[in-house]
Amino acid sequence: MAQQSEQMKNMSATTRGPRGPKGPGGAGRMARGMKPTVENPGKILGRLFSYVGKDYGWAFAVVLICLVISVLANAQGTMFMQTLIDSYILPMIGTADPDFGPLLGAMGRVACFYAIGIIAAFAQNRIMVKVAQGSLRNLRRELFNHMESLPLKYFDTNAHGDIMSVYTNDIDTLRQVISQSIPQLFNSALTIVTVLVCMIRLSLPLTAVSMCMVVLMLLVTKKVAGRSGSFFMQQQKDLGALNGYIEEMLTGQKVVKVFCHEDKAIEEFTKLNDSLFESADQANKYANMLGPVNAQMGNISYVVCVLSGAAMALSGRFGLTLGTLASFLTFNKSFNMPINQISMQLGSIVMALAGADRVFKLLDEKPETDDGYVTLVVAEEKDGKLVPSDKPYTGLWAWKHEHKAEGTVDYKPLRGDLVMEDVDFGYTDEKMVLHDINLYAKPGQKIAFVGSTGAGKTTITNLINRFYDIQDGKIRYDGINVGKIKKEDLRKSLGMVLQDTHLFTATVRENIRYGNLSATDEEVEMAAKLANADTFIRQLPQGYDTMLSGDGANLSQGQRQLLAIARAAIANPPALILDEATSSIDTRTERLVQGGMDKLMKGRTTFVIAHRLSTVRNSDCIVVLEQGRIIEKGTHQELLSLKGKYYQLSFGN
Amino acid sequence: MIGTILSKLGEYKKASILTPLFMILEVAMEMVIPLMMASIIDRGVNQGDVGHIIRFGFLMVIAACVGLFGGLMGGKYGARASAGLARNLRASLYERIQTFSFSNIDKFSAPGLITRLTTDITNIQNAYQMILRMAVRALISLIVAMTMSFMISPRIASIFLGAVLFLGAVFSFMIRLAMKYFTEVFAKYDQLNESVQENIIGIRVVKAFVREDYEKERFARANENIYKMLVRAENVVVSNMPIMMMTIYACILLISWNGAHMIVAGSLTTGELMSLFSYCMNVLMSLMMLSVSFVMITMSSAAAKRISEVLTEEPDIVNPQNPETEVADGSIRFEDVTFRYQQTSEKAILDHINLTIDAGQTIGIIGPTGSSKTSLINLISRIYDVSEGTVYVGGKDVRSYDLETLRNSVSVVLQKNTLFSGSILDNLRWGREDASLEDCKRVCELAQADEFIGRFPEGYETHIEQGGSNVSGGQKQRLCIARALLKEPKILILDDSTSAVDTATERKIREGFKTYLPDVTKLIIAQRISSIQDADKILVLENGQISGFDTHARLLETNEIYRDIYESQMESGGDFDALPQT
Repeated sequence: MAQQSEQMKNMSATTRGPRGPKGPGGAGRMARGMKPTVENPGKILGRLFSYVGKDYGWAFAVVLICLVISVLANAQGTMFMQTLIDSYILPMIGTADPDFGPLLGAMGRVACFYAIGIIAAFAQNRIMVKVAQGSLRNLRRELFNHMESLPLKYFDTNAHGDIMSVYTNDIDTLRQVISQSIPQLFNSALTIVTVLVCMIRLSLPLTAVSMCMVVLMLLVTKKVAGRSGSFFMQQQKDLGALNGYIEEMLTGQKVVKVFCHEDKAIEEFTKLNDSLFESADQANKYANMLGPVNAQMGNISYVVCVLSGAAMALSGRFGLTLGTLASFLTFNKSFNMPINQISMQLGSIVMALAGADRVFKLLDEKPETDDGYVTLVVAEEKDGKLVPSDKPYTGLWAWKHEHKAEGTVDYKPLRGDLVMEDVDFGYTDEKMVLHDINLYAKPGQKIAFVGSTGAGKTTITNLINRFYDIQDGKIRYDGINVGKIKKEDLRKSLGMVLQDTHLFTATVRENIRYGNLSATDEEVEMAAKLANADTFIRQLPQGYDTMLSGDGANLSQGQRQLLAIARAAIANPPALILDEATSSIDTRTERLVQGGMDKLMKGRTTFVIAHRLSTVRNSDCIVVLEQGRIIEKGTHQELLSLKGKYYQLSFGN
Repeated sequence: MIGTILSKLGEYKKASILTPLFMILEVAMEMVIPLMMASIIDRGVNQGDVGHIIRFGFLMVIAACVGLFGGLMGGKYGARASAGLARNLRASLYERIQTFSFSNIDKFSAPGLITRLTTDITNIQNAYQMILRMAVRALISLIVAMTMSFMISPRIASIFLGAVLFLGAVFSFMIRLAMKYFTEVFAKYDQLNESVQENIIGIRVVKAFVREDYEKERFARANENIYKMLVRAENVVVSNMPIMMMTIYACILLISWNGAHMIVAGSLTTGELMSLFSYCMNVLMSLMMLSVSFVMITMSSAAAKRISEVLTEEPDIVNPQNPETEVADGSIRFEDVTFRYQQTSEKAILDHINLTIDAGQTIGIIGPTGSSKTSLINLISRIYDVSEGTVYVGGKDVRSYDLETLRNSVSVVLQKNTLFSGSILDNLRWGREDASLEDCKRVCELAQADEFIGRFPEGYETHIEQGGSNVSGGQKQRLCIARALLKEPKILILDDSTSAVDTATERKIREGFKTYLPDVTKLIIAQRISSIQDADKILVLENGQISGFDTHARLLETNEIYRDIYESQMESGGDFDALPQT
């Protein structure tokens, strides 16, 4: 009965658990995820165990002990039922004054066993919840922490939906394995062993008969499960195809409408829908067969045992009494159940291992390397020399450069001086996207990059803050090779406003404060005013405390850009990178923002990527890029007098 | 709601009725078999009656076969009924969505509709199969086992009844508690996943501001909180097991004690006692199954609700009766047109617009973001319907045309456009199914797409990835224009459709239109003045009202907004994004 309840628990488990990713994205993944091609299942299982063991080894051991206790207690109960009739009831029949004393005593003993069993089961379940949920919590935390440390390349090369699905689908399949499949497997195995021992003790020949039936059952199960499995594969494939179609067509539904393509869309849909129906029908049909087939084979096994047992008992051979036969029959019944369960669990374990495989793959991704040792410190001037300061803010920063060889430390002021020498870069080694980039920016200068899409403008800025590392050449920041600067400190010294603005689910205020966590409310509002965002923020329902959700879905693209500018402003960095920071702000509004932008850029080295001439014309240096090469470089006037590409652009065609 | 869903059963009604019937057969056999077992023990084994054992053994084999038949057929029809319901639901939903107007679609949003067609339907399918098989089975099994026990011994059966009442009460309390806890934790879980997603999408921001540790800490906090909530919720669920065990054990002891007395008194046989044990298990297990199905049904009811919302949604743009099937020419007239997205909203998106455009004219439309340019042109092909006033195309109210006729004559290149997975030719032929390769080439030349298609190794057979992700923005826009041209429309509307096309190419497209499509009325929404300045007339929109409608030269003199836009752009001079691709 314990097994049965476990099964119930399992069923109820399928109805809960966190939901998968909402909407699109899940479909395609599901189709791929269904094919559990795990390379080395043993290794993954081992790793999973060692993972659980690391934090919850003892607890898990206690769970297993409790499990043994509850199974044994349960077996005692079953034994009692066997002896109930033979040893206690039958002797009393016919006696004039039946003595219920021995029965009461036996019941008392059994009740104690039951109580122990219940307590063990209770403890086992409670601890298991902690083990399973705790392990998952640690796994999630480790996953997230590891993910945060991964280089941008990882995010570029992996679909966001796939990464997400590790958190949603894969982790959840692990929960089932840890909290259900494994204890259940253990339980089943244990039950099989105990029951088998009891059966053998009662009658070896009958056990042999019973085992023959079990083998037969396993063969049939394997056959049916195999058929069902191949149809399930087909079903998942069809489901993936249909869901993919639905996702694509509904995303483009407006185009379907405009081209009156409805009938054709339905036609194709019907085809896919029909084939899904066929495979789903077959898959479920075979899956549904397993239960009844096993149950009835169990019954037939019972009949076979009773017939052969009766024959043995009546012939007086094999030392079988009718009483033992009756007990044996009960064991026979409880023997079949765990075998079915093991065969059912194996399928879900294989599925889960595929999930575990993806989780571990993410954990095995190499994190962003950072060999930098030059750090950024708050500095102050003493006797004309720059020294580190204890104060949180002095307005001065210095690069702390330790020279290990000489054992000396020197402090260089943070100024925002940048030099690129013969820089080559490619996202992969095969394909270079930047060639021979040479440029320099003096502190406080404004450098603009112009050129067509794909010319490499954004890529250059991504090299400055070391989102990516260069293949060849040198980038020096205040005379220090950027490779030597600790990434964290390098990035802190560079404010960024990115082309695609990303806001987080939080209030407007918190989103701006993201740039500087210790900023006061006044400072937040100052920054917003600087970016010309204050006006619209005050018009929002709760002003600065308005919650933004879905990447700022309730704001226009232009408003989001203004917030991103405010976020960079509050960070107050010595150097700024503005990547199309005002592209979605219309030309009239941009004029308004321009004042704030100018204030923001004042005294800071600024790298600007823009497609509007008005944004770049007053730069100290304009760099014209084409296909990863610098083709022209100079001030607005210089470039105009060159009468080259820049000239061509400025005067439209 | 349930009615709406079940009405889609259609041809699978038969399977839906047969499934429970076969399940009854299976359950009946399941109940008979313990009786036979009891009889085998009582009268066969205990009394050494081999004939009886053989007779009943044979009967049991027959019963097992009948049970197997019932189980198999139940499984088969259950699978069919639920897969069939899913198929019909999916088809009805999809067909329903095809009749939806833009505003119907907006109401549910594309992702919302996708979830309904995928996850929600799968949930319903599973729940339906569960109801047909498990719930029905458990209920029947409960009733039959209970009845049988009462027939054997009312005294002992009343113990079961007590146990059922006790467990029923405990389960319903626990389910309610667990559901409450789980709903809470799921909401938090969703939030956690959303914030992970934000971190993935916004990883550049996180890294640029060096906020990894901050994010880790935030995650750890939320994660810890979820852990606590999950443990609390799971603890409720796992308490079921010991309670269930306790009840069963208590029953066994009570049955043993009472049974022993009754057997000694001669009012019960040992075989009957064994049957009672197995009925006891049956009754309590069925109860547990019922509670599980109940949870399942409750959980899928949210999906059922979402689906029936779509099924009962009325499309708000439908074909008129006796529609016109001929559009005379490409003239357009707006007569006192007011438009609101919601009839109830106060603010009009378009406010009393009056406008006349002759066939064959080229009209530029310009105005700041939010000035309702797109809304204006959407009224022409009835993507939305006017709230007040009338839009005439070819001299007739747009609402009098057959929708397909109208939309084939008024070809719109949407701002947010989509290409579909398939070859370039497949995509172009959305415009006209039977278009020949020559037709396609001709429109591609006009849209300046032929040039880059020719450079693809596979030319017009080049495979386009979903959403057109393997072509550049400018290429995608040009393909979309070509696709729209293939309709040979009388009116062509470009809604900011050349924003990613460089200025030189854009000019070639405009010139081609002028030369080869003189009779087609062309409406061009643009951001750049240069895209529209040589149009016959330019419409300047602001806040849903016409601010000016005249030639470039005259607008420069008379219209302040237009002049302002013009100056801000002249100041900027070039637009580096539109650098001719070399």
